[in-house]
Amino acid sequence: MINKNPIVRIVILALILIAAGWAVYQSAIKDKQTIEEGTAAPNFMLPLLGGGSMQLENLRGQGVVLNFWGTWCDPCRKEMPALDQVHNKYKDRDVQVLAVNIGESDVTVSRFVEQYQLSFPVLMDKQSEITALYEIGPIPTTFFIDGEGVVRRIVIGGPMSEQTIEQYIQEILPE
Amino acid sequence: MTTVDDIKCECGHTNPVGTLLCEACGNPLQKEDGEEFPDMRYDGVSRRSQTFSRTIVDKIWNFFSSVRVAIILIIIVLLASIIGTIFPQEMYISGPAEQVYPEKYGIAGEIYYKLGFHNLYTSWWYITLLLMIGTSLVICSLDRVVPLYRALKKLPVKRHLSFMKGQKVYTSVSLSQDKEPVLDQLQRSLSKKGFRVVREGYSLVGEKGRFSRWGPYINHIGLILVIVAVLMRLIPGFYLDEFVWVKEGETRKVTGTEYYVKNVEFKEEYYDPEDVPEGVDVEGRVVKNYQTDAILYENRAADTPGAPPDLVEVHRDQIRVNHPLKYKDLLLYQSGRRLNEVTALNIDLIHLEREEVIGPFTLDLYHPESEIKVSEDTTVRVLEYFTDFEWTEDNEPRSKSPDPNNPAFVVSVISPETPAGERSWIFLGSTLSSPDGEPVYGFAFTKPEIADVTGLMVRKEKSLPFIYFGSGVVMLGLVMGFYWQHRRIWINFEGEEIQIAAHTNKNWYGLRREVQQILQSIDVERSIEQLSKGGK
Repeated sequence: MINKNPIVRIVILALILIAAGWAVYQSAIKDKQTIEEGTAAPNFMLPLLGGGSMQLENLRGQGVVLNFWGTWCDPCRKEMPALDQVHNKYKDRDVQVLAVNIGESDVTVSRFVEQYQLSFPVLMDKQSEITALYEIGPIPTTFFIDGEGVVRRIVIGGPMSEQTIEQYIQEILPE
Repeated sequence: MTTVDDIKCECGHTNPVGTLLCEACGNPLQKEDGEEFPDMRYDGVSRRSQTFSRTIVDKIWNFFSSVRVAIILIIIVLLASIIGTIFPQEMYISGPAEQVYPEKYGIAGEIYYKLGFHNLYTSWWYITLLLMIGTSLVICSLDRVVPLYRALKKLPVKRHLSFMKGQKVYTSVSLSQDKEPVLDQLQRSLSKKGFRVVREGYSLVGEKGRFSRWGPYINHIGLILVIVAVLMRLIPGFYLDEFVWVKEGETRKVTGTEYYVKNVEFKEEYYDPEDVPEGVDVEGRVVKNYQTDAILYENRAADTPGAPPDLVEVHRDQIRVNHPLKYKDLLLYQSGRRLNEVTALNIDLIHLEREEVIGPFTLDLYHPESEIKVSEDTTVRVLEYFTDFEWTEDNEPRSKSPDPNNPAFVVSVISPETPAGERSWIFLGSTLSSPDGEPVYGFAFTKPEIADVTGLMVRKEKSLPFIYFGSGVVMLGLVMGFYWQHRRIWINFEGEEIQIAAHTNKNWYGLRREVQQILQSIDVERSIEQLSKGGK
């Protein structure tokens, strides 16, 4: 007695389809970045060059320009003066520029900061932990984070000009 | 449930539509005169995919139940997998893919990139193909195993003469003796050979090894389990594949986890040259053991990434090749090493004129101090540190990476004699004094600090037990199918004649030998050739 009722087969096919769809969906989103424009910037804490430490969460209410860099990276170096200009211009308007150095020694970084006369805080990511957390590929990579702690823009590569940085800051400027 | 489509056999049994051989007597139901006896592969049962093709469900079902479709899918996946190895996948190249492929591999590379082959194994269509193979595996199996199970479950004793004659092993013997003792003797012979015998009137059937018919399906269930287990890797937290380099004495975060690992000591041990067998041509020493003595810590302050870790020792182990550190579901494998890496330079500061050693100092290549006191009144100040030194095109010193591959320091020696500081370059093994004036101080290198760096592969593989289990099921199915055969022998007395037919799914020679021996027990001689009508 072959059962001509298709319900059993429909159920089997549907189960397979659901499983297959789930697998394709999972693998398709797997490669995607978990931090993107519109998602919350993960909190972290890092030591500051020259002592002390800083936690991102404590900057709620301020816009944050989070720049990942290294002294060995040419575009990063070229971008630094522009970041410094912007920092001086906006520090009284609740926008904080933070530069996260990737895995270098204090001596190397402090000489660089002196040479470029940088006035914004430099965070030392010695074990590249935050670099991994923020899924940094090529540097410089800059995150523009608003007062709510939401990433508004991600700029991969550089150097950005002062105008470009300012333009993006408008998106994260607290009211 | 009887429907109009069902087929009634001349023996009176009602068979489902699509049946080739009557379930009760084995009479071919759809055979026209002169046609070949139907294939015995699935015992002539009605298979859904061969019977219906009206609705969309039927059509999808039939597509996936075809072995030919399965083979075509497998060939497509094979070809795609081959294509994926022509150039490296995106994860194995450095730099932006849209530039690297055309630059490195020319026009072919550009086409490769444009077609998306740089991420082939994770592409939606590749995964879809794999899942279609999985689907086909399930449906092919169901389409065959369900009716086959039903057909084999009943073991009709008396079969239609055309069924008997249709078998690849068939013979008949004229008999003049009493039937009963012959039948008894045949039953005994069959039982002795391990057949399960059923007797009904003047008919006998012997069967053994039916379970081997389920081998292929159990094998398929195993394969499906393996596919499901591999897909479980997609569940967050089920799978991790990372790598960390840890210097001796250093404690490092284990990438992708909340653990830290300390490399207490790395050992590379060699075989005694005398232990190497003579005639074995080896260059240099032969490594016996690579080992990292490691301590694993859990970070209690992992809630805030980057916060100073609050480490608690949780495990201690010696990691050797193929003997990973295991803690909960974390595995650390020994899988790389860099020996004798210079981690710090030890230097004696020398007063050149007095030819006197002022004192030793150390320049750490990873975390150099900015001021080092060498003696009461002499200080070495580190002005610059380039980890991977090179000159730029504009003759500017710079570092080309954060790794201390080619360290270069600019130091200044401050003493009562040189209150403004005397500058010098210190490289790996050489120094360069500032060009103006006679230098007061010189540098002599002593033995540098060296450490071995161990490379640990970080793995989490929660689906591994499921993969092993699935593989075990695959093996069970294969063994069942390979080493046993399903043999059936039908014996029927019709008047003065004994008809003997036999069927197996493989090893026809073995079956014929058994038929031959059973006939010998009633003093009937048949050669293997006489029992061969076909079958391999």
